[in-house]
Amino acid sequence: MRFFLQLLVTGVALGSIYALIALGFVLIYKSTRIINFAQGELVLIGAFTAFAFLSQAGLPPALALPLTIVVAVVLGFTVERLLLRPMLGEPVIAVIMVTLGLAGILKGSARAIWGSVNRPFPDIFPALSLTLFGVGIPGPFLWGCLIAGVCLVAFTLFFRFSGWGVMMRAAANHQAAALSVGIDVRRVFALSWAIAAAVAALGGVLLGAINVIDMNLGAIGLKVFPVVILGGLDSIPGAILGGLIIGVLENLSGGFIEPWVGGGVKAVAPFVALLLILLIRPYGLFGTREIERL
Amino acid sequence: MLLEINNLEVLYNEVVLVLKGLSLAVPEGRIVALLGSNGAGKTTTLRAVSGLLKHENGAVTQGTITYQGARIEGRPAHEIVRRGIVQVMEGRGVFDELTVEDNLRAGLAVRGGGRRAAGELETAFGYFPVLKARRRQVAGYLSGGEQQMLVIGRALMTRPALLLLDEPSLGLAPLVVGELFRIIQRINREAGVSILLVEQNAQMALTIADHGYVMEGGRIMLDGPARELQDNRNVREFYLGLTEQGALKSYRDVKHYVRRKRWFSS
Ligand SMILES: Nc1ncnc2c1ncn2[C@@H]1O[C@H](COP(=O)(O)OP(=O)(O)OP(=O)(O)O)[C@@H](O)[C@H]1O
Ligand SMILES: [Mg+2]
Repeated sequence: MRFFLQLLVTGVALGSIYALIALGFVLIYKSTRIINFAQGELVLIGAFTAFAFLSQAGLPPALALPLTIVVAVVLGFTVERLLLRPMLGEPVIAVIMVTLGLAGILKGSARAIWGSVNRPFPDIFPALSLTLFGVGIPGPFLWGCLIAGVCLVAFTLFFRFSGWGVMMRAAANHQAAALSVGIDVRRVFALSWAIAAAVAALGGVLLGAINVIDMNLGAIGLKVFPVVILGGLDSIPGAILGGLIIGVLENLSGGFIEPWVGGGVKAVAPFVALLLILLIRPYGLFGTREIERL
Repeated sequence: MLLEINNLEVLYNEVVLVLKGLSLAVPEGRIVALLGSNGAGKTTTLRAVSGLLKHENGAVTQGTITYQGARIEGRPAHEIVRRGIVQVMEGRGVFDELTVEDNLRAGLAVRGGGRRAAGELETAFGYFPVLKARRRQVAGYLSGGEQQMLVIGRALMTRPALLLLDEPSLGLAPLVVGELFRIIQRINREAGVSILLVEQNAQMALTIADHGYVMEGGRIMLDGPARELQDNRNVREFYLGLTEQGALKSYRDVKHYVRRKRWFSS
């Protein structure tokens, strides 16, 4: 029972970080219909940027983390401006290929700069521990869950209530109508990319704090797919729930099934769950069906 | 003149020439009707003014559009909205996944508002009380008439000086059309918003307009005070009474050739 709780709680923590990363993916998909295959590589770059500021430049976390986010935002804007904006109006499939190319570029640059050895991530968070139902939860998991949770709530409120949030939802819903009321949709797209890069970087840092970082961190991008498809590609609450489900599933299957049937189950379980759910709900848990009225 | 279009040419996809030297003007504070059969280029004219042309892969290749003394052809849509021109697109175009209130707030967003929202929304509710009752409802489930009211209300949120309306009566029951046109007239009189009104329902349009233009094949064929156009034999014959039903529209298209000839002789 304790083992189960342990896996459950750390699964929730991991899942909330997945949700944060997936949020960026959903945002881009929602506003531009682009499937961003580089979301995992943005996580990779974010984590290593933080590593560079912390370990290589020796900056304190309070300075290194905001700097990392700033770098990520600038990277997001730059990518949108240089790679995506020229593709405006091109077929979606061509644009998706561009994001694949971007993934390659980011991964290559990271490898060139930091090499492909494991890097221990420095302790960035003050010691913190909590015992829940008799289960001790390690500090980095707590911090990860806490920070990801706060960010998810903040973004949800931002999209619901702020002027920019309304503009982003409007542009995602009906681009021509958004243009007609004066929304500069190119700026909305740019903002989506900036936010996507920022949450990816933050996710990378939180994952790094839990584990070591290496060049395989980009593979997190693959995990984003079951998360967002589960939740419905264009739903933010869906991404959050999807993230939590995948995080927990992964941990439980890793803890309970893997010892019996051997390796790999942990990685496969999310996709099995995904298939099952899609059979029942083809739009994902929260995805929008087109509203049809005559 | 608030808006002056001079000798305008518009090309879609770099090959299809749709406007072939169109000229018209909208005086400050007036309602101007722009009439014409399907495919004449009415929507294209509005898009050229509002900057939405680019989104449709179209471009102004010749001529000028002057608004409040400044040339605006080819400017991006968001800049034109900021200058005070807003287009209400044909076929409504509500944000169907957003609530009524968020639709209206989207119109406010360009003015940097989220905060002042409450007071501003009252402007729209003043003209369209039904929107207030439905403010929390998702717009996709509104009736056709309510959606039309919503998009006009949303456009008003940008505080326009010039409103471009594209077939607001499309698909609405006659009773609703009457109500809608009375409100359009009120918007013009009470808020002093000038209006360029594209309509198939020529009878209705000419009743509230001060001036009317009739276009055909990308050019203006005829124009005059609305009262005079209502009396014009050709306009009566081909627009008034004949446009009410869809079935007759296709009949009109068959008669295209004959009609063309008559326009020239009128
Ligand atoms: N996005 C576009 N790309 C290419 N051609 C277009 C486009 N939009 C309109 N056209 C063409 O331009 C011509 C004029 O179209 P427009 O929509 O301006 O006519 P309209 O007068 O508004 O017609 P209706 O009364 O049917 O709305 C038509 O021949 C149409 O096929
Ligand atoms: Mg039209």
